[in-house]
Amino acid sequence: MIEIRNISKSFSGRSVLNDISFRFETGKTNMIIGESGSGKTTLLKCMVGLNETDAGQILYDGRSFTELDFKEKKDIRKEIGMLFQGGALFDSKTVEENVVFPLSMFTDLSESEKRDRANFCLQRVNLSNANNLFPSEISGGMKKRVAIARAIAVQPKYLFCDEPNSGLDPKTSIVIDNLIKEITEEYNITTVVITHDMNSVIEIGDNIMFIYKGNKHWEGSKHQILKTDNPEVCDFVYATQFMKDLKTKF
Amino acid sequence: MKIFFHFGRYFILIKRAFGKPEKISIYISRIFEEMNLLGIGSLGIVAIISVFMGAVITIQSAFNFESPLIPLYAVGVAVRDSMILEFSPAIVSLILAGKVGSSIASEIGTMRVSEQIDALEIMGINSAGYLIFPKIIASMLFNPILVVFSMFLGILGGYVFGLMAGVVSDYEYVYGITYEFHPYNVVYALIKSIVFAFIIASVPAYHGYYTSGGALEVGRSSTKGVVYSSVLILAFDLILTQLLLV
Repeated sequence: MIEIRNISKSFSGRSVLNDISFRFETGKTNMIIGESGSGKTTLLKCMVGLNETDAGQILYDGRSFTELDFKEKKDIRKEIGMLFQGGALFDSKTVEENVVFPLSMFTDLSESEKRDRANFCLQRVNLSNANNLFPSEISGGMKKRVAIARAIAVQPKYLFCDEPNSGLDPKTSIVIDNLIKEITEEYNITTVVITHDMNSVIEIGDNIMFIYKGNKHWEGSKHQILKTDNPEVCDFVYATQFMKDLKTKF
Repeated sequence: MKIFFHFGRYFILIKRAFGKPEKISIYISRIFEEMNLLGIGSLGIVAIISVFMGAVITIQSAFNFESPLIPLYAVGVAVRDSMILEFSPAIVSLILAGKVGSSIASEIGTMRVSEQIDALEIMGINSAGYLIFPKIIASMLFNPILVVFSMFLGILGGYVFGLMAGVVSDYEYVYGITYEFHPYNVVYALIKSIVFAFIIASVPAYHGYYTSGGALEVGRSSTKGVVYSSVLILAFDLILTQLLLV
């Protein structure tokens, strides 16, 4: 479980996150949603240590990440897998080499064991016959799947996904969403997904936090979000005419 | 005041780059990869420039040594000393600052803007160590080899083109390049080449590592890396010459 307590962050005096607290449960897909510029990505970067927080605590199964030194933070990071918005695959490495990379850095597995593990992970994300391709030779959806395979290669305890559906068609988005959900439950991972895609929220969201102008504005489940009266959340959830029509219909 | 900020951040980055490696075997293989990319890949340009520069120095020297009081073997002396003392260590390093420096800055800069460096950090890898340390070591190991290679080819180029142009005889040139030869000059050149190699790898790496934005900023980082490393090479050329030769 990851717990954040009273997280605040500002850039050049401009407040981006204000006093945010939340619990991200293990084995669940925890979603952070909000409009563009609301502070979602900043919060995620604070949680993984890419940004320093101004105030507050981040606890990884009780271990206070914010109070650890560089080396201790590195140890926790080895338990983290992350799916970046653009995939962040290493351009100079093939698909297989990308998945093997964390295994080479942190395990003493033999070359064949590493290859077996990489193949297992690639098959898990339904990606075979792409081992020798470079990231520039595969589609956006395939890149996301490789990134997931790389993230799960070292069996992480925590999985962070930054807008996993951005730039993907609706069908591929559902595939990626379901993959995240399945992996979360299968490996009992604490998964945190940042998105502004309501389809994803409805599809896989277990716990949802809505951020509005840097503040936690609402939290609840996917069933609750559809029934909430909170005006900002409603504006976000029912932003499209289709959703508005759907709401009036039901 | 900004200069102090950059100096501070540069030294912090270098300290991180020389931090304890996660896995030594990976770093060693990375050093060999970088030696292949940065060193072997530069052999061609260094060879071409050195041969032609040696030839030009030979012809220019012969043209300027028209006085009967100056023996023609002075052409060989001029080529040897020009190549060993200045051209091979400094000018080759300036050329490498352009070729290798822009490659390092744009590679690391692209990795920064495409979140590949963030991905390394999230995995618990010291990104500065993984990306920059092998480049610095490879450059420091291979630059002296390139410099010796350049010295040899420059002197050889001078010999071949000198004979072809008929400005110097075989005997005079060979006598000139062996006349009052000080092996210390080669040591001086190698010391310079190692210092310049550190600058060529680390300064563009710094600019690439702290790139923010997109493609435009990667280009700017690349330019900055080349410009600052070139200026630093010239500054350290002066400092080292004063310290080691005078």
